[in-house]
Amino acid sequence: MEEKVIGETTMYVEMRHIMKTFDGFQASNDVSFGIERGCLAALLGPSGSGKTTILRMIAGLDKPDSGDILINEARVNDLPGSKRGIGFVFQNYALFRYMTVADNIAFGLEVQKKSKAEIKTRVEELLELISMQDLGKRYPHQLSGGQRQRVAFARALAPNPQLLLLDEPFAAIDAKVRRELRTWLREMIERVGVTSIFVTHDQEEAMEVADLVIVTNQGRVEQMGTPDDICMHPETEFVADFIDTARFEALRAVEGKKQ
Amino acid sequence: MSEKKKQRMYDQDVSGDGIHSIQKVIEPPKESSRPVIKYVLIGVSVLFLFVMLILPLIVVVVNALGDGWAAYQEAVLDEYTVKALMLTLLATVTAVAVNTIFGVFSAYLLSKFYFRGRQVLASLIDIPFSISPVIAGLVFILTFGNIGWMGDFLKAHDIKIVFAVPGVILATIFVTFPFVFRELFPVLNAQGKDEEEAAALMGAGGFTIFRRITFPHIKWALLYGVILCTARAMGEFGAVSVISGHLRGKTNTLPLHVEILYNEFNTTAAFAVSSILVLLAVLILIARNLVEWKKK
Repeated sequence: MEEKVIGETTMYVEMRHIMKTFDGFQASNDVSFGIERGCLAALLGPSGSGKTTILRMIAGLDKPDSGDILINEARVNDLPGSKRGIGFVFQNYALFRYMTVADNIAFGLEVQKKSKAEIKTRVEELLELISMQDLGKRYPHQLSGGQRQRVAFARALAPNPQLLLLDEPFAAIDAKVRRELRTWLREMIERVGVTSIFVTHDQEEAMEVADLVIVTNQGRVEQMGTPDDICMHPETEFVADFIDTARFEALRAVEGKKQ
Repeated sequence: MSEKKKQRMYDQDVSGDGIHSIQKVIEPPKESSRPVIKYVLIGVSVLFLFVMLILPLIVVVVNALGDGWAAYQEAVLDEYTVKALMLTLLATVTAVAVNTIFGVFSAYLLSKFYFRGRQVLASLIDIPFSISPVIAGLVFILTFGNIGWMGDFLKAHDIKIVFAVPGVILATIFVTFPFVFRELFPVLNAQGKDEEEAAALMGAGGFTIFRRITFPHIKWALLYGVILCTARAMGEFGAVSVISGHLRGKTNTLPLHVEILYNEFNTTAAFAVSSILVLLAVLILIARNLVEWKKK
């Protein structure tokens, strides 16, 4: 990583005045925020609010038009994603469909030219972490949605990243299992102790899982704070509205089940 | 929950990747309740296939062996036939090699990158499908021939393309170049970029990504495209006929050789040589079915 230090910061990840447009669409408009080491943060907003773009820029999959991205006090704008020390869990997991679960997890380590013995130990360790010791030889299409997510999580963690990024980690999962997986993921991240950012459009999910919630709307950061802060003291009309609408929808869903 | 609501949930593309909604479309249709129509349609299809395909095939084999085995052998092992076979194989192998490389590159480019003119490029690749092969041959004559745009340049450097082997190969490449691309493009398009992005984020280089992620995904489609391309290349007549000049033993391919023999009223030899093409076609058909079966 680059050694250049830009200003004092206690944050592990910091975005400074990020601007990004896609074909004239303003995806990020002066986005600034910081996330401390060890924090589990949620980027919350409706679809098209620019939350995934932010995540992809931190990962190096997209480049900002202007502004600085800092990871561990170094500016990483020009550093390829593979050198930023991150793990990324894609929305549909993007598991390598022609490789077994074990090979999926081993891929990142093989690319780093780790020794065979080392890879084997690490894969076994991770399979145990996600409680799938016996399923290492399976292929992704032989797994359930929840199992796939666990494999994607293990694969992202294999090279020991300092920062874990998750794009809508629960979107592709059955509503029934979702709650269970949320708790599981929260526990896992705590156990591993990796700084994490996940993207979601579901306010309940953000409130339940995250330490820190960043609400985005139309490419801007509307508000950031603890879940309690956001719920109790929404700073803008949009936040108040978004949280309320979501709550209303949750209520309606509960009533729908009764009928 | 009501039945209607359930159906609506099912209709939604839950994963957002487009795959689930497509799967719905290709479910087998429900059996029609009128069996008469089914049997009439089967009868018509079989009759059509018999008249258009089976009957001509039988005619080829019967006529080829009409004057006995010795005559057949003589026609097949004739010096010019062997030379024509060699040229056909050379043109086919070259065309398939070139078009495989070109097809993989272009399909990869058009499915994984977005740029201005992407659609135009995709349509341009299809031109050989929509253009008459005779026109294609003529275009090459006008471009590379003595009176053509590049005629003087080629003459000055002593390069012969028209009425020579390079022309035959060029025409074959031209006529067959969309096949591999057409097979690969939809497969690569459906794969999306996620897996490759995931691998790149872990630090994998371009070649590793292709070898371990892209290639396993496209290998059956690639093989299928190669087989179709081979079949078309071997049978090509129109474009090659215009550009080759029909020089026996030099620029004659198998299909051209068949025509020459036939025009010389050497019917048995014409059919004997045809039977080589038929044999190659059957081999390709078997290979094609094997690949299709494996693909599933």
